[in-house]
Parts: sequence; structure tokens; C-alpha cells
Amino acid sequence: MTQSALKVDREHAVTGTIDPIAIREQFPILSEIVYGKNLVYLDNAASSQKPLAVMQALDKYYASQHANVHRGVHALSDRATEAYENARKLARQFVNAEHAREIIFVRGTTEGLNLVAGSYGRHCLKPGDEILVSEMEHHSNIVPWQIIAEQTGSRVRMIPMDDSGQIIQQAYLELLNENTAIVAITYVANSLGTVNPIRQMTQSAHDFGAVVVVDAAQAAPHLEIDVRELECDFLTLSGHKMYGPTGIGILYGREELLDAMPPYQGGGEMIKRVTFAGSEYAEIPHKFEAGTPNIADSVGFGEAARFMWDIGFDAIASHENQLLEYCHERAEQYSDIRVFGTAPRKSGVFAFELEGIHAHDIGTIVDREGVAIRVGHHCAMPVMQHFNVAATARASFAVYNSIEDIDCLFDALNRARELFKG
Amino acid sequence: MMDDLKALYQEVIIDHSRNPRNFGSLESANCSAEGVNPLCGDELTLHCLLDADEVIQDIRFIGRGCAISVASASIMTEMMLGKSKTEAEQLFDRFHARVTGTADGNSVDIGKLEVLSGVREFPTRVKCATLAWHTAIAAINKTDQQVTTE
Repeated sequence: MTQSALKVDREHAVTGTIDPIAIREQFPILSEIVYGKNLVYLDNAASSQKPLAVMQALDKYYASQHANVHRGVHALSDRATEAYENARKLARQFVNAEHAREIIFVRGTTEGLNLVAGSYGRHCLKPGDEILVSEMEHHSNIVPWQIIAEQTGSRVRMIPMDDSGQIIQQAYLELLNENTAIVAITYVANSLGTVNPIRQMTQSAHDFGAVVVVDAAQAAPHLEIDVRELECDFLTLSGHKMYGPTGIGILYGREELLDAMPPYQGGGEMIKRVTFAGSEYAEIPHKFEAGTPNIADSVGFGEAARFMWDIGFDAIASHENQLLEYCHERAEQYSDIRVFGTAPRKSGVFAFELEGIHAHDIGTIVDREGVAIRVGHHCAMPVMQHFNVAATARASFAVYNSIEDIDCLFDALNRARELFKG
Repeated sequence: MMDDLKALYQEVIIDHSRNPRNFGSLESANCSAEGVNPLCGDELTLHCLLDADEVIQDIRFIGRGCAISVASASIMTEMMLGKSKTEAEQLFDRFHARVTGTADGNSVDIGKLEVLSGVREFPTRVKCATLAWHTAIAAINKTDQQVTTE
């Protein structure tokens, strides 16, 4: 067992595109010691760690820019408003939306999906309408649709996946019909790592006049997102999975859809005029941002986007794909490892089980070796049901992970075998 | 000092998790309960035959879970067999005190449950060790509600 993941041989750690050692220096938390071991953080799909630049941006905002936005006449309010709206511009750029007003700040992907379901869904769904949701969705892209289906008399239908963890495209095409109102799919599956062909699926949905909602929570840390290239109608993601703060995310919506939608929440900031006879709502995006927004974390979000641009999406993808390939190669050396998610196009996630050892036990054992992974159903119980397992173990990658980290994981798995097999 | 992991995953635990005792359904059961751990998806159903004097005449469980939860359920059924409802509840109180490390927990006698005491070093796993117990207590008290560790 390697005691120091930091003192690794550079030649071994560098994948050719990224020097994770240099990147690690920007993440102070990665120097933490757990149970006397250097931390190996492989739970990035749950939440990534934060670079110094993001923490400094938060500090700077609170130290010199903070006041409430949009309503003050004083200097600090101007600064805060500028910082907030500048973050929106960076978010626009991050997903390549046409206009900054098409970006709504939300708490995260879950709120983004609930906003679309609660506003667009409630407004547009009629009895008999169908909402197509894939089998590999996170619960947050299933439950809001079930709730709104119940309220509107529409129904949720599942797009099945195959055993490699890919959406069965033929089945999808057969499910699409003139009643299909919404197609809600994930860009990258959190429990499997599958990258879905969003553009192709969007085009098919549009042939039937359906609106496409993309959950990009797991895509954001790994892939360059381009809503215009994807042609999707809505796309939402979380800041904390892409090196930004918790509690901030964005929802992109096409302007004409957002304009036609009723507000999601009522309150300050989202109105033009209020009288007891009725209220007029503000223009987008403010119509959807009731109350004082999460200004500081939006600034952190913008900084996280910059952090990713500085490294470059090609470099990020190439590095993480090498980690994933290496992980699969290592797994092939063991007959007791079953891998979940073997699609040709994957990103960031290695899900597995070890024969005869429950995922929960694996999680505890590797944790004591300093390796943080996620075990459980990953908020994707239908995926667990598909594979007939109660839980899986999941290692997930970020730019700061190295080949050495994966070796640490496999060494730690040996410890689990030792304890269980004697 | 034995390392924490070895203390947790003792041979007895591994053995019970691989070959759980009293595993299966019980047709003669007159009380049963379901327990779930929403955190990890573990599920367990417990069946029990309680006689007129509230003595546990038979007890079985079915379900899937981690080594700790299955071993705990297995050892628990062995220990509860032949005990009265009150004795079973007192045993659970002692076990609970031990695995959660409360003030007097270390001094109580929990017999062969001692092998599970290593779990107190793993606070996130206490729920695994106690799921079967909560479920059993619900069953013998004939409460219809599903037991959850959350």
C-alpha cells in the first residue's frame, strides 16, 4: 500500500495531458490525512473538491463586494449586482447559451428539474400526455415528473436501457408519439457513467413536438456543454460537482419557453409591480429568481467555470478517460469484479461490485485505507433493480486524480478480499 | 491492539453473514415486520412466532444486506429464540448501548453479541447492526409500520 499519494512518481501519475500533481496543489483538502493515510478522493460524482481560486473568489466577494443585488442605490449593491450578473454571463458561456437571460440560478440540478416540472410541466401538461424518462435517471429526474404527472393527469413512461447501461434507442423511438410532451434524460448517468447521445435523442423528440430536458449534473465536470449544439430545450447542472460551491446551479431554458412559463416561486425580485388586484412579473431570468439569490456562490460558480476553461475540456476529458480505461484494465485482472456500465462512451464513473462482499462493507474497508468512494444505490434505484443488486460501489474521477489513486483503490480492495476470504 | 477493521470483520461475523442462521420464511409466524435502510437500500423481513406467554418460540429473517446487518440479524435470532418479549427488549437495550458507545454501554454484558461491538468504532455502520433489532422489536410489539433506520 502506497502511503503517500502525493509523493508519486510524476512519470507514473501524468497521463500526458494533465499533471494532476500540479493541479492537486490547488486543492488543499487533498492533503488531508484520514486514519493515518493520505486521502484518496474518488467520490467526485457525489461532490468534487474545491480549488483555491473558488475559495478566494468567495472570500473576496464577502470581503469587498457584498450587499443585496438589484435594489440598492449604493456602491456595494452595484458591485454585488455586477458580480452576480457577471457570473450569469460566465454560466451562459459555460453552456454556450445564446443569451445570459436564458440562465436561471438555482440551488442545483434537483431544483432545476423541479422548476421545469413545476412551472413548464404544470402549465403545459394535459391528461393523456406522456413524459419519457430513461431507466438510468437519478431519482431527481424521476420523482418531480411523477409528482407533476399525478397533478396533471399525464403519465411517466420509462425508456429502457440494455445491460451495458445504454438507452435502447429503438425502444425510445417506439415510445415517442404525438402524446409525448416531455423527454427527460441525463447527459451522463451518475450510477453508470454512460454518456447519452443527447443531440440525436433531442432531434427525434422534436419530430413529435416534445420538449427535451437534460440533466447535466454529471456531464458538467467532464464534458464541454453546448446547448445549441445539443438543441435541447432545458438543461440543468450543479456547481458543486464541477469544482464550485454547494447550493448553486443553473437552469438553461430556451427564451421563448421561459417567457411563456409561469413563475416557479413568488416573492421579491421576481415582480414588476404588486397590487392587491394582482401582480406583474419581472422579465426572465428574474421572473424565476424570487428572493435574495445565492450571490456569493454564483460568483464561486463563475470561478469554477474559469478553473475548468484554464485546464481545457479536451485535456480534462483525455485525462479522465485514461483514468477510466486504466480502471477497467485493472478490473479485468480480477475474476471477482463485476463492472456496471460498459457502454463504449463513458465518463468519470467506475461502478462495480466484488463477488461475495456487499458494497457497504467495501466502502467501510477502503475508507480505512484512506480511499473515499460511494456505495449504495446512488439515488438510482431503478438501475439497481435492472441489475438485480441492492447496491454497488462507485469510484468517480476528477482532474486531480492520478493513476496512483486508482492503484490505491485496487490495493484497498485487496484488503477487503483479505478480510473476507482470509 | 487489533486493528478496527479486523475487530469489525471478525471470523464469526463473516461466517454468520455467509451462512445466516434462522434464514427463511416462517409459515407459523403470528407477527412480522419489514425493515429498510434507505441509505443503502438494505431490506429485511422478520417473522416471529410468539406464544400466549409472549415467549419467542420461533424467529426467522429474510433479506439482503451488508455483512454487518446480516450477521447481526443471524446472531440476534439465535439469541432471541426462547426469550420472552421483555427479555428480548432488554437485550436490545444493552446491545444498543454497547454499539452506540453510551456511558454505561461498555460495562454491560451482551454475551455472544460481543463480536458485534467493534461497530462502535464505525458510527456510519451502527444502523446496519441495529436494523434487524429495530425490526424484531416492531414485530413482537405487532406494530404494522415499516421500520426505517432514517
